[in-house]
Amino acid sequence: MLDLFIDLSLFTMLVATGFAIVKMRRLFGVTMMTGVFSLLSAMLLVTLDAVDVAFTEAAVGAGISTVLMLSTLTLTSRIEKSPVHTPWIPLLVVAVTGAVIIYGTLDMPNFGDANAPAQVGVAAQYMERGPEDMDLPNTVTYILASYRGYDTMGETSVVFTAGVGVLMLISGLRRRRRRKPSRDEGEVS
Amino acid sequence: MHHHLILRVVTKILVAPIILFALYVQFHGDFSPGGGFQAGVLMAVAFILYGIVFGLETVQAVMPAWLAHKMMAAGVMIYAGTGVVSLLLGYNFLDYGSFSPHHPSHGQHWGIFSVEFGVLITVTGVMVSIYYAFAARRPAISNEEW
Repeated sequence: MLDLFIDLSLFTMLVATGFAIVKMRRLFGVTMMTGVFSLLSAMLLVTLDAVDVAFTEAAVGAGISTVLMLSTLTLTSRIEKSPVHTPWIPLLVVAVTGAVIIYGTLDMPNFGDANAPAQVGVAAQYMERGPEDMDLPNTVTYILASYRGYDTMGETSVVFTAGVGVLMLISGLRRRRRRKPSRDEGEVS
Repeated sequence: MHHHLILRVVTKILVAPIILFALYVQFHGDFSPGGGFQAGVLMAVAFILYGIVFGLETVQAVMPAWLAHKMMAAGVMIYAGTGVVSLLLGYNFLDYGSFSPHHPSHGQHWGIFSVEFGVLITVTGVMVSIYYAFAARRPAISNEEW
């Protein structure tokens, strides 16, 4: 009963935050609301016992992205322009996409279903063999770092690639080891 | 942010505990939630907070931009290098049992420690570099307009 109450109130606040983000025109407020959205998602993940993911969501979603959005905001403007088109076409697109996504979830297994594809694959073996193979208490850590080491290496490379991409786009590094970008760092190189 | 006395004092107090917590998340990741990704983000947050309050020059005296850029690649190399070492020891790529053949679970501990360390370095470097890249540009909004 309490679980249901917590879930319902968290989801209600999540939806309310979503509507607030859509309605707001002041981008500073929108950025803060996206941080709130991430924190609420992190709480939902805690109620699902996915503390590792919740931790990441809170640190990356509410922490780093808010800072990055704010620093992006200083390069643009503070107020979102009001839309020039009629809102009906976007509404139609959103409604159709949402309907397709909801239709897709009909095929998904129920929450906690023992016969879900995620449960019947290798996961059972990881849980079974892990304690003797690894001798570590945190299942998430040893699955990610050891059994799924290739995937995590790919993820690390993705983070690296994202960093390189951002640097190439906006850092304005023209010569190597320019210690003091002083006068003309605003230009795109 | 020269006029924000409270922010400056609180930041000075908070930066060290944030870094300490990041190290705790990193090295206690085998036993509690967290690991390289989360620890890297926390570590970067300490530098970014310092940079926001005290200015870009001050934080770049502690962590220069070239160091953050090198860290991005170094972490991936530590991760992949762990795999190469296990290859050279005659095992499969990223098979951590190779580090301690008589006691495979100890080898797993070493391997997980090493790759998580690589993840920490890369994530810290990338987050700090992205922040530097944005913060180094001349803002379109002046400080008073907020």
